[in-house]
Amino acid sequence: MKPSELPRRAGVGFKPEHFAEINAASQPIGFFEVHAENYMGAGGPPHAQLGKLRRDYALSIHGVGLSIGSMQPLDKEHLARLKIVCDRYEPESFSEHLAWSSHDTTFLNDLLPLPYTEATLAQVCAHIDQVQTLLGRQMLLENPATYLLFEESTIEETEFLAEVAQRTGCGLLLDVNNVFVAATNHRLDPRDYLKRFPVQWIREIHLSGHSETLDDAGAPLLIDSHDTPVKDPVWDLYEELIARTGPIASLVEWDNDVPEWPVLRAEAEAAGAILRRATERHAA
Amino acid sequence: MSLVTQTEFAAALVDPGLAVPEGLAAWNGPRPERRFGVYRNNVAVGLIGALASRFPAAGKIVGEEFFAGMAHEFIRLHPPRSPLLLAYGDDFADFVECFEPAAEIPYLPDVIRLEAARGKAYHAADAVPIDASLLATVEPAGLESLCFTSHPSASIIRSTHPAVTIWAMNAGEMELGEIADWTGEDALVIRPEMTVEAHRLPPGGAVFLKRLFDGIDLGHAFEAALAEAADFDLSANLAGALAAGTFTAIR
Repeated sequence: MKPSELPRRAGVGFKPEHFAEINAASQPIGFFEVHAENYMGAGGPPHAQLGKLRRDYALSIHGVGLSIGSMQPLDKEHLARLKIVCDRYEPESFSEHLAWSSHDTTFLNDLLPLPYTEATLAQVCAHIDQVQTLLGRQMLLENPATYLLFEESTIEETEFLAEVAQRTGCGLLLDVNNVFVAATNHRLDPRDYLKRFPVQWIREIHLSGHSETLDDAGAPLLIDSHDTPVKDPVWDLYEELIARTGPIASLVEWDNDVPEWPVLRAEAEAAGAILRRATERHAA
Repeated sequence: MSLVTQTEFAAALVDPGLAVPEGLAAWNGPRPERRFGVYRNNVAVGLIGALASRFPAAGKIVGEEFFAGMAHEFIRLHPPRSPLLLAYGDDFADFVECFEPAAEIPYLPDVIRLEAARGKAYHAADAVPIDASLLATVEPAGLESLCFTSHPSASIIRSTHPAVTIWAMNAGEMELGEIADWTGEDALVIRPEMTVEAHRLPPGGAVFLKRLFDGIDLGHAFEAALAEAADFDLSANLAGALAAGTFTAIR
């Protein structure tokens, strides 16, 4: 099984509207990440662009439609398409979400939450085994941003992820924004969550922005909207984490209200500065 | 308290008339309607957005709000069957044709068909078109029985409305203005390299190319085109198609 091995630098979620600028000069970017589903067409500009990016940079392929957390079997056709994309681009890393997004024959187009029980743990592990066997590579599993809890849950999310990594050999993708969003939404302490998180399996970090609304009782409810710069409390959590773990490949995601390339690049450079400080500290 | 199944969760997500499933919780109270509403909203907004980005000219014609309402109804009746959203909405035009509130815009379905064809061409397999000069190497006596292989991105759109002009005006390809000659328009949609193009076809051109795409030989395709347009110009149509990069092989 080919291990996930992104460079321990800052990366950026690729947006096609930035391609011309990215391609015009060498960028101070450790890696690019793309959504697998956007490259499942046969040809055209998406593949021409990704082929070029692939030659110049390390690549992470991030799936958003596999429905790993479904209690039904994985979609074999979708798995086959995923294998074609991974075989074609040979990314340094492939990742997916601890969530479900398809049910029966309907694709629901969102990362939906699941209860954490022995039954869902077994199912998620079986799905990850299936994916890793088919792709011949280690995958990373990302912690979700959640808005709800399940009364039937019996396992802490951090414990659930640790158990999945231990049983399947997958790595973990820690989304620090998701930690902050979910902790706020469930009135938990994000630092406590990160203290419990099995950091030894983290192979990538995600950073992004969120928006704020109110829940049924008028309490703050954060939405994982990926439409703003990374917020200060998320930067703080990230810096504290990296100080503890040393540098880890770190991606800035900005998927909605996408800014100009220099703005996004500056976000990645801010993450890069934190990574460099950690590298120096760990070297000292 | 019953366990929340994914079946119940999924059903309530797409049908706002259904109650929020039992067994969900929040730190500050049971029955978290608004929290469940975040997921409902994500599903709807995400899919409406997917359709809006595939059909921008249609969105411009009817306006954002109308488009969102129309798309929402389509999503309810025809939810995506695959995570491959780049193909979602292939049948949107057929739905819009029967969508009562859009009935007063009779050309809208054809504009949507043109945009769907452009989207397919964008993602179609890459292939190198044959050079027009290749035809010069064929003996005149053999021309009639020639068959052509169409480019993977090529398709024909036929409309009884000026759908190609209307699309161009709403896609920023042509200045918005009065359409003096309100007549049916056909188009060849093709992406010979990295740019999708829509070429308007002369009378008979659509049936001619459709026949060739179906593997019919040149002689019979010409006959079919003549039956539709008596003044059909074979050499001009063939030269136009070759110049547009329509074919990848001659047999």
